[in-house]
Amino acid sequence: MTTETTRTAQPVTTRGISAYRGYRPPPGMISWAFHRITGLGVLLFLLLHIVDIFLVNYGPEVFDELLFLYRHPVFRIGEIILVGAVYYHAANGVRIILIDFWPKAYRYERQLFYGVMAVFLLGFIPTAILMIRAMLNA
Amino acid sequence: MATVRPHVGRERPSGGFELYSWYFFRVSGLLLIFLVVGHVVIMHVVNTVDEIDWQFVADRWNSPFWRAYDWLMLFLALLHGLNGARLAVDDYIRPQGWRIFAHSILWTLALVFLIIGSIAVLTFDPSRFEAVAHAGG
Repeated sequence: MTTETTRTAQPVTTRGISAYRGYRPPPGMISWAFHRITGLGVLLFLLLHIVDIFLVNYGPEVFDELLFLYRHPVFRIGEIILVGAVYYHAANGVRIILIDFWPKAYRYERQLFYGVMAVFLLGFIPTAILMIRAMLNA
Repeated sequence: MATVRPHVGRERPSGGFELYSWYFFRVSGLLLIFLVVGHVVIMHVVNTVDEIDWQFVADRWNSPFWRAYDWLMLFLALLHGLNGARLAVDDYIRPQGWRIFAHSILWTLALVFLIIGSIAVLTFDPSRFEAVAHAGG
């Protein structure tokens, strides 16, 4: 992976975003970028979540005291975005595995991309409605 | 297979650690779909942060099933996520020294968070706080 050839090719990546102006990314590139961003975002939350659940060991007073954080409106909106990120990452992950293990899948790249979006929206829209309703009723 | 189709997606590594991590990424991903979607629906949709508190966690972790479920999810999600971060490091960090530094941080995070997460899931004993819990409500 770390070969001398990749290291000499470095200037291409440092040219900046302006080098790509007017370039329309194919669906595979958009779904890849979303996959990486949602993955790293969910990882960041996972680390925070491990710390907060560790605090159950310190008893109800410490743990419940800290829950005001997750009940804050900003965090509840973040929670909905987090669930959206998880759903997208899951749906697109299935697409990646399909392409890896089913050789002819690349022929249906566009259809698979729309399939991912359909699965994502079918899962996320009802989830988001329920979560927003619970947030407003709180 | 590789001769029939054009280059699509990430190339499958030819062997060694990279091949194991490639398979782990996909197998853990498939398992995590069920574990995490189940977790999200139970903890964020059916129940919400309004209902979930210390007592909720204590009741839930009375069951060995949910402890096993949560520990498996912790293990797979942490390693899956940090493996993803490792690939991102390999994509963006070129100088060898910085790359070793970044990898060291990721391995350290994996170890530390696996330990504190396991302590939380496996050693939590609600009976220690029974008196406090009843006093509190």
